[in-house]
Order: sequence, then C-alpha cells, then structure tokens
Amino acid sequence: MADLDAFRADVRDWLEANCPEEMRQPIQDEEDVVWGGRTFNFTEPQKLWLDRMAGKGWTVPEWPVEYGGGGLDKAHAKVLREEMRKIGARAPVQSFGIWMLGPALLKYGTHEQKLEHLPKIARGEIRWAQGYSEPNAGSDLAALMTKCEDKGDHYLVNGQKIWTSYADKADWIFVLVRTDFQAPKHEGISFILVDMDQPGVTTKPIKLISGKSPFCETFFDDARAEKHNLVGELNKGWTVAKYLLTHEREMIGGMGSGAMRPMGDVAVQQVGLNEHGMLADPILRADVVRAEIDGLAFMSTMERVADEAKAGQGTGANSSMLKYYGTELNKRRMELMMDSAGSSGLEWDADEDVARMWLRSKGNSIEGGTSEVQLNIIAKRILELPSA
Amino acid sequence: MAMVLNEEAGMLKDAARGYLKASAPVSQLRKLRDSGSEDGFDRKTWADMAEMGWTGVLVPEAHGGVEMGHVAAGVIAEEMGRTLTASPYISTAIMGATALSRFGSDGQKSEWLPRIAAGEAITALAADEGRKHNPSRVAVSAERSGNGFKLNGRKTFVAEGHVADMLIVSARTAGSENEAEGITLFLVPRDAAGVTVERKDTVDSRHAADIVLDNVDVTADAVLGEVDNGLGALEAVLDAGRAGLSAEMSGSAQQCLDSTVGYLKERKQFGQIIGTFQALQHRAAHLYSEVELGKSIVLKALQTLDAAPDHAAMMVSAAKAKLGQVAQLAAREGVQMHGGMGMTDEFDIGFYMKRVRVAEALYGDANYHADKFARMRKY
Repeated sequence: MADLDAFRADVRDWLEANCPEEMRQPIQDEEDVVWGGRTFNFTEPQKLWLDRMAGKGWTVPEWPVEYGGGGLDKAHAKVLREEMRKIGARAPVQSFGIWMLGPALLKYGTHEQKLEHLPKIARGEIRWAQGYSEPNAGSDLAALMTKCEDKGDHYLVNGQKIWTSYADKADWIFVLVRTDFQAPKHEGISFILVDMDQPGVTTKPIKLISGKSPFCETFFDDARAEKHNLVGELNKGWTVAKYLLTHEREMIGGMGSGAMRPMGDVAVQQVGLNEHGMLADPILRADVVRAEIDGLAFMSTMERVADEAKAGQGTGANSSMLKYYGTELNKRRMELMMDSAGSSGLEWDADEDVARMWLRSKGNSIEGGTSEVQLNIIAKRILELPSA
Repeated sequence: MAMVLNEEAGMLKDAARGYLKASAPVSQLRKLRDSGSEDGFDRKTWADMAEMGWTGVLVPEAHGGVEMGHVAAGVIAEEMGRTLTASPYISTAIMGATALSRFGSDGQKSEWLPRIAAGEAITALAADEGRKHNPSRVAVSAERSGNGFKLNGRKTFVAEGHVADMLIVSARTAGSENEAEGITLFLVPRDAAGVTVERKDTVDSRHAADIVLDNVDVTADAVLGEVDNGLGALEAVLDAGRAGLSAEMSGSAQQCLDSTVGYLKERKQFGQIIGTFQALQHRAAHLYSEVELGKSIVLKALQTLDAAPDHAAMMVSAAKAKLGQVAQLAAREGVQMHGGMGMTDEFDIGFYMKRVRVAEALYGDANYHADKFARMRKY
C-alpha cells in the first residue's frame, strides 16, 4: 500500500507538470478525439500530451515496457486512471490498436510481431482498422469468404470486408481470411495483418442513417500480406478472432456507462422543473430515473466483473452480458435524450447533434455481435442450455 | 473498495448456504404454512442462527455480537432469499440491532443488544400507518404525561409484529400528520398495558401484524434517539432493512433463475428439450443479465452502508428499486417458463413469486424508491 501511495503522489506530480491545460478540458466533439496514425492532424497540445504519455509508456500502462507500455500491474494502472480522471485528463490516444489488436497480439503474437507492431500503437503512429464482417458474413461471422492464398514468399488476399470502422483513415488492417476452403467453417480461418498502403487495398465509406460515415467497405484485390504477419497458427485464426471480440464487446459495452452527463441533469436542463421541484414531464421523469438506476447497477456490474477477474473468479463470457446490457442501455439513454430535447433534437445539424447520436446508437446493439448473438452466447456458455 | 467478498464473508456465505439448504429449505416454509404455525417461523432454526452468530452480525462485540457489518448481514439475507427461510432476522438482527447500536442510550444498548445477539429477543419496527410506505406520515400520537409519554393510534403491516418482544414505534410528539419534524421513536415492550397485536396472514405464507396502541404509558427512558427529531434515525433503520431485503430478493431472484434454467434443461416438448428453443434461451439470458445487475447494486449498497452509513440512502434506494423489479421479473419469468407446473402449489416457484411481492412492498416498493432516488437527485 505504501508503494501505491508513493506511486500515486508521483503520478499526481507528473500529471500536474505534464498534462497541457487544453488536454484537461471535456471532449466536445469528434475533433477532440485523438486516434493517431500516419495522416492524423494533431493540434500542438494533442501531440505534446501524446508524446509525453507515450514516453512514460502510459498510453498503454499495462503493456510490457519492451513493447512501448508502462509495465504497470492492475493496481498501479488503476491509480494512474484515477489520477487522470481527477484532473479531467483526456486519453492521449485511443484506437482499435489499443483496445483490440494489442491484447490479441500480446496473447497470440510472436516476440518479433509484438516488437514490430505494439510500440507503434503505443506511440499513436499507426492507426488500425478491423476487417471482420463481410456482406454475407455478419452475425454468422465464421461464414467469411475473403480468400488468402500462399504464394511462396507472401500471401495474396482477395475479397471484401464491410463495416470496417474508419478504414478510410487507417494505415493497417487486421483481417480474418479463409485459408482452407475444404475444412469446416471455423477451422479454415486465419488472422493476418495487412498494410493498407498498397494499390490492392481500397476503401469506400458507407453513409449511415445518421448522415455520417464511420464505417467503410474495404476491398482486397490481389493485396499482398507478408508471411511474418500471420498471427497465431495457419487455420487457427478463429481462436484469435474470438479473443479479440471479447475485448471489442467490453469496449462497446462500456458505452453504457460513465463518461457522459447523468441523464437526469440533461433532462432537467431541457425540460425544467415544476413547482414541486420535480421534472416537469412526470412520465419522462419515471423513465429517466429507471435509466439512471439501471446505469448505476450497470456500472457497479462492470466494476464487479473486473474485480472478480482480478481475483480469479467469475466467467469470461460475462463480456457478452456487459455488451448486451450496456448497448441496450445506451440506446434507451439516447431515446431519453431525444424525448428531453423536444423539437431542438429534431433539428438536423443542431449544435448538440442529439439526433445523430441517437441514430448512431442504434448500431451499438448490432456491431461487435448483435444483442441476439450475445443472448445466444449467454444461454450457451453461462447458462449451459443445450443447442437444438 | 473491491467488489468481491473478502475471505471472511465468503466463508460465511458457504456456511449459510450449507446450513439453510440442509435445515431450512422451502419445504420448511411449506410445512409451517400447512400446519398453521402462528409464529410463521421455526424456533429451533432461529436458535441455530443465534448459535452461529447470525443474530449478532450487527451487534458490537462489547454487547455479545460478532459485528461483521452490512455486507456480511446481506450475505446471510441473500442465502435466506434462496431458500425462503422465514425468520425475524431482518426485523431483529438487521433493523433492531441497527436501531439500538446506532441510536440507543447506554442503558438501552445493554438491555437489548445482548438479548438480540443471543436470539432471545425479537424486535419489530412499527412505522407505517397506511397502505403505502411513508415514514414521515405519522398520526400515532405520543403526548407528554408525567415524566413520560402516552401513546395512541394504529400501526399497520408490522413485519414480525406478531412475535416481537419489543416494538420500535414511530409516534408524533409535535407537528401535523405529514410533517418530517416532530417524530420520535419509542421502544415499547409488547406486553406493555394497552398494546394489542392483530396478527394477519400474508400472501408469502408468513405473518405481519397491526399494532393498536391504546393509552400506552412509557417512561422518558423509552425514547430512542432524540425527541421530535426521530425521522433521520428511522430512515437509517429503514435503510438497513431495505438493503437486507434487497439482498434477500437478490438471492430469491438467483434461485428463480437457477430453478427455471434447470427446468428448461429437463422438460421435453415437441420431442425436444425446451431449453433448446431460442425464444426461451433469450428470456433466460436476459433474466441472467438482470440478476447480475441486481447482485452488483446490492453489494454496492451494502458496502456503502459499512463505509459511510450517513451517505448510503441513495445507493440503498437504487438497490431496493432495482431488486424490486429484478426479483419480480425473475419470479414472473420463472412461473411462465415452468408452464402449467409453475401454476401448481406443488412446485416451489410460486412461493418465490409470493415472497418477493411482499419483500418488494416492505419499506417502500420499487416505485417509491425510484421516486425517492429522483428527489435525492433533485429532479
């Protein structure tokens, strides 16, 4: 404990001296989010903050030092997060590299693969995209058909991915490909890393109901992948894929919690109070308070599941429960935001952009495995109900 | 604070589960009902609980208890919720012990706490007067008389009031019926002259009582806490009970889920185990998620009661509101997924539906606590 207290004091001093004032302000819009990568336009404070944090290894505090991390254990990393939260420090960089590829490489990658890719993720130099879904492989992801052929000194990739988040802004992509067309569907899949800076890889943004295009179609047309960039064994990619999906679910599920303003405060601001000091719309008030209580119970559950994992208890399949509940909760919250906003929420391109957030949230319970798929996983892996 | 049980609480949980499953399962409640038991609980089981230290779980060691705190108290309540073990545990070991150890005078503490810890005294909180829970609505009067008070009026739906040795009564010493100020708590022995207990059978095969106070004379020593300023203490005692009931409901909800999932794995229709049907799998999986959320908010509330009892009201209301809904969902889904069998008295699932309906209503139902939560959030 004394060690943790000393560490906390050091962290506090360091953050105070090194976190630029601009990086302590709440995130206002998408421009404030640092994704990193070859083409990212950093503001000066963003770059400064990223470099300083990366220098300490604190963009990925729990990764090993040799791969660009901070080498902290869970307890010390928690202290760092707490101290950052105290001063409102923004994440120096966020990316699919940190949330998804990094954990998968740490578990399944070779030492050389880790050395090549992880430090660049930690320093925000390379931005990764995820090549999972295909037009005919959505919830049934293992039905994917993107073809990967062994060409002796390299692989050749042909096919199409869809729902690749921000692929048009990404530098590299981790892709699930079929390397054996004869084997049962789960056993012919491999996990490979592809540099997108080549003519064989093209992207096309998809316009969503929100009017925005966070997702792309990504086409592979005789794209080249190096042999040393196959992660895990050939035809064993499904294991890596599932592990990575667990992290993706946790990330998406986490949207149902924290960071946002409490729903009640938003509703009060929009709708106002009546003469009894109660929200002026009584039915909305009831919906809002239920959502707040469920939010509190959900956050407590995230905390409990993490603490149980730390103590070696609990079940990994709980990431499905968190993903399911967190995204459904977030959709409820966005409906309540629209209810509260009234006509101002119906304006396209209004300042607060509630409408686009509301529309975007509908994807939460689809991406990363639909709510129905999560319920299937809970039924099968946790409740151990039989398959038909 | 880490949201896992420490070793001590984990051991207590195992011990409680082992004992209750073997010695006080649902069949005990069924037997008590069928034999028309006037106590509504088993005296031998209650003595065993005292022997194991459960009745002293919140009693300070100086007064003969084991003082393990609310998380531990909740662990026991949760296991009782799994087996539907009927006992005055929440009214006495949780609420009575909280009332006396936090607000009692030295004399009151040494008179009652050792007896609570030993399982020799049962206490009940007589607070409500109407159909819906409302602790600041107090019409029962306590008029000064000599150097004491004279109590008059009627309290309703007093859990364990039919077996209590001592009643904790909220009465009005000043102000008008719905005012927060002017409420005082009194310790009233059940055998005091003028106390009438009207036992009622409740839907959960247990009992409650209406308490009629007719010119009951008590001395100034009977006042618990401060005169005219008892609502804060009353709320603190209620919160301890609400958290305990939430833990109980959490256990009941888990047991409903377990039994139902077990039934889905056995029952065959259309030539298949019905648990293979996705329509049922999704209902069960959703229920699992709700039960998990319930577990977490209960643990949070109990931990807050231990760490910062004066700032626990909001978390307790969140827990009571959430568990009221979760436990009732679990019972409803349980009955539905048991099909026709769920409607029979022979299957246990109906007992759960009836008990959680009572536990949900006691000391404020889910709507009451959602509203209270919103008020505390200033909307």
